Amino acid sequence: MSTPAARPRKKTIRMIPQARTPAHEQDPQERARNFAEVNCGYLVEDAQLEAERCLMCPEQPCVAGCPVNVPIPDFIQRITARDYRGAYDVITSTNLLPAVCGRVCPQESQCEGVCTVGESLEPVAIGRLERWVGDLAIREGWSNVPYIEPSGFRVGIVGSGPAGMACAADMAKAGCEVTVYEAFHEAGGVLKYGIPDFRLPNAVVDAEIAKLEALGIRFECNTLVGRLFTIEQMVDEMGFHAVFIGTGAGYPSFMGIPGESLNGVLSANELLTRCNLMHARDFPKYDTPLQPGRRVVVIGAGNTAMDALRVCLRLGADNVRCLYRRSKAEAPARAEEIHHAEEEGIEFHWLASPVEILGDANRSVRGVRCVRMTLGETDASGRRRPVPEPGSEFEIEADMVVYAIGTNANPIIGQTSRLKLDQRGYIATGDGLGTSIPGVFAGGDIVTGAATVIEAMGAGRRAARGMKSFLGLRDTDHVYHDAADDADSRLFGIDRAEHGHARLRVSR
Amino acid sequence: MQHGRNEAGLEIVARQDFSDVTFLLEVSHPMLARAARPGQFVIVMSHAEGERIPLTIADYDRERGTVTLVIQAVGKTTREMQRDCKVGGRLLAMVGPMGVPSHIGKARKVMCVGGGLGVAPVYPQARGYKESGAYVIGVLGFRNRDLVFWDEKFAACCDELIICTDDGSAGIKGLVTDGMRLAMAKHPDIDECVAIGPPVMMKGCAEATRARNIHTVVSLNPVMVDGTGMCGGCRVKLTGGIKFACVDGPDFDGHQVDFDDLMFRLRRYRETEGEASQRFDDDCRMRSLSAKPVIVE
Repeated sequence: MSTPAARPRKKTIRMIPQARTPAHEQDPQERARNFAEVNCGYLVEDAQLEAERCLMCPEQPCVAGCPVNVPIPDFIQRITARDYRGAYDVITSTNLLPAVCGRVCPQESQCEGVCTVGESLEPVAIGRLERWVGDLAIREGWSNVPYIEPSGFRVGIVGSGPAGMACAADMAKAGCEVTVYEAFHEAGGVLKYGIPDFRLPNAVVDAEIAKLEALGIRFECNTLVGRLFTIEQMVDEMGFHAVFIGTGAGYPSFMGIPGESLNGVLSANELLTRCNLMHARDFPKYDTPLQPGRRVVVIGAGNTAMDALRVCLRLGADNVRCLYRRSKAEAPARAEEIHHAEEEGIEFHWLASPVEILGDANRSVRGVRCVRMTLGETDASGRRRPVPEPGSEFEIEADMVVYAIGTNANPIIGQTSRLKLDQRGYIATGDGLGTSIPGVFAGGDIVTGAATVIEAMGAGRRAARGMKSFLGLRDTDHVYHDAADDADSRLFGIDRAEHGHARLRVSR
Repeated sequence: MQHGRNEAGLEIVARQDFSDVTFLLEVSHPMLARAARPGQFVIVMSHAEGERIPLTIADYDRERGTVTLVIQAVGKTTREMQRDCKVGGRLLAMVGPMGVPSHIGKARKVMCVGGGLGVAPVYPQARGYKESGAYVIGVLGFRNRDLVFWDEKFAACCDELIICTDDGSAGIKGLVTDGMRLAMAKHPDIDECVAIGPPVMMKGCAEATRARNIHTVVSLNPVMVDGTGMCGGCRVKLTGGIKFACVDGPDFDGHQVDFDDLMFRLRRYRETEGEASQRFDDDCRMRSLSAKPVIVE
């Protein structure tokens, strides 16, 4: 069925619409002062037009380029066939959060980066199509709640961010009773506290969480695992047969340069949490304060930095600057975010690094002393190492400095359990993302260090596979191989790896 | 699994007012009461539009399943709590216990110093040391006799108790540091000091013990949002570098803390906080005005 010969007509690059269908966007001038979504997405005719651009090539490099292997051509074909519900079902067979991933995935380095069309034209806008399907599903109230046969297992998930959500969904579908613990008062993790509304509206996150609740997953907020109860207690006393830890890499880094404790210096995490989760932008309706900066400097050029820059602009700053020690080519942010930030009037200072934050008599920030950088030899990360240019120091005025230079492992689980950590404090895992405690799995940023939403979701799903094989549950993702001729792997005619399917329950 | 709480939040089972600004809430949360240790804190959110505020755990009762908080009504949120939190009422959220528990070490003679609001959180430590078999000297500071609270609770777990008031209306006249000097003069063998209170008081305590080289633990309560190591707002400067009070503390070696830095950082949001407090005043006035006709009826 997937051989090209079987297809009715083979599309060629000349046959498809040559230009990428643009998404509707708010005007840069206008949007720089509001928190409404920047990218308003596709209309049905846009989606139809863009879906035409997929060549349905047999290689399907996009599927391999996706961390959760969404069957991309398959769902695009269903858009073309106007089977939108079918498209949604195809996506959600591997990715349960299309409305989120369509918005925040770095598609240019994943599916779209390897798209065949991209070799000669702009690649198919896979992310926009995925988002369109996800939004349609939210509007139409679609959700896929399969009939789930209870397996009798209880699974605890620590952290309600993308890794935890993905793992929870897979385990719920495998019939487990899943409880997700969250320390904040709202579920969603970084999707809620970190990514601002103009990029990912909280309503979208809530809609996706409601779908998880429809699968029977329970969310317990205001619960600090590690301190309220430990991972060991979850396994030993609370009756969880398996536990997944997805607590993320939240601990923000600072540079250790003079002036970092001045008032007006804060981490992007603090800025974004105050603004997004705590609604400081609606102060005084909400009580959480946020001293607005008039002249803001954000250090770093990742997605978090872009979010911080654009949040400050929307909070009413006159001037928002980005300092990055490498050049634009090395900036880790999504291309679209940098482009949007530039359009909105963010000033980018590439190849510049702060050396000191300057304060006034009240210990408030008054400026930043910086040094120009040049790019030297390639370093371990494969990027050219920035080297300070002697004698190139300069000062810029600022009353707020935001650090968005990365994060470290959250220390709480490490402090409160016997789990083996690696040298940097991240949780050490083996095959199937199992940790040093049997039945305890970990994934996402707390294992790999800061990465992307979709990578965390991929890790959550990988851990779920590990968990299923630990519990002896059949993993429907894998083709079942009949091992009849291999007597050792079977017991009473049952595959040993699937012992969970034949559990005997003895009535008491 | 139930935590003894439901959708509507956590029930307030007792309230006591110590003065016009200081009040105590006893909140039902059996699981938290079971997990709490001396020196830890919680983050409270009183309603959906509210702030997340860190409050030190003043006491916990595992039998009753309650956690006691002593709150000073200084900002908008705490003043609103003073007005609205009544017995039978509910707090939207209380999460914790946060922070590394205090290390109740092998010290034989311990001085537990509490000033103002710090009197309450030093109590579990005094009790902890007493239970570990140490000789406990309590030094408590209040402005005047009317504001004295928990003196009986302390008397029950301290071998000696020195009350200090600014005007001498109860105990000795002077600051807690004066009380500490008395205790240190009488007991040259004090090997540990725990001091909790306003930063300026903790700074004074750390200075008072520095010359005698008595290991001094202080409990810091800087501005924070999440309390889980995520925002970095609570970072404090120590001789050995920067630490986050929420996950590395809240207890630190008082001789290493840069208190001046701490005090400046506590003023970070003073302007907006003042604004909020002013608005709260206006709101209260409006409410009392609009409430008047009802009273007349």
